[in-house]
Amino acid sequence: MTGAILSWALAFALACVSLAILLSLFRLVRGPTSGDRILAVDTLTINVIALIVVFGVAEATQTYFEAALLLAMVAFVATVAYCKFLLRGDIVE
Amino acid sequence: MSLAAEILVAALLVLGGGFILIGSWGLARLPSLMTRLHGPTKATTLGVGGCLIASMIYFPASGQAWSAHELLITIFLLLTAPISANMIAKAHLHRQGHHIDPNPADGIPDSLPAPPSGGDWATFQGAAADPHPAPQQDPPGRRRR
Repeated sequence: MTGAILSWALAFALACVSLAILLSLFRLVRGPTSGDRILAVDTLTINVIALIVVFGVAEATQTYFEAALLLAMVAFVATVAYCKFLLRGDIVE
Repeated sequence: MSLAAEILVAALLVLGGGFILIGSWGLARLPSLMTRLHGPTKATTLGVGGCLIASMIYFPASGQAWSAHELLITIFLLLTAPISANMIAKAHLHRQGHHIDPNPADGIPDSLPAPPSGGDWATFQGAAADPHPAPQQDPPGRRRR
């Protein structure tokens, strides 16, 4: 059972991360260049990782941390692949 | 769980959440892509780092087993964040040609300044021998949407 200070801090952190996800979604929709969209997706996945970690602390379980680890790896590979696609017009050369 | 550990975890969570919010706010608000890169790459890494350190303190302090997942996520994010930021900046620069985004607040001109040693910037030097050259960008006045 978490105390009052910790539950307040968890609520604050969850609100902040959710607002950050909304802001990066705004940048994803708005653009204007494709570099902005790649950056928005990268930021979005990092925010989701933070959301998973804060949720894991709130639920007092470590089950979801593997999902966060996988998300970090997939986000990096996706960002680099999309940038390679923009640079060369081809991914596997 | 002791009060000191609880206060420490709460402070780290508030700090991390605040940094994440500031980073994404910079992403949404700043005027051009090169300035937008600053917010997420620095503040978000600090923010996720704060949340992960809070989690690393919380689980042993509350009597659960310590796991290496948080440490792995931290190391992976700290390793990959500069690489992906560099790739995004490079892709953006090659798509724009030598024309960077004008930044009216700082008085930055519309074109990339020449390097002090003469010649061209190193990222453009391999482009001549490149079998798949980057697509040429429109004239700098028009912004591709």
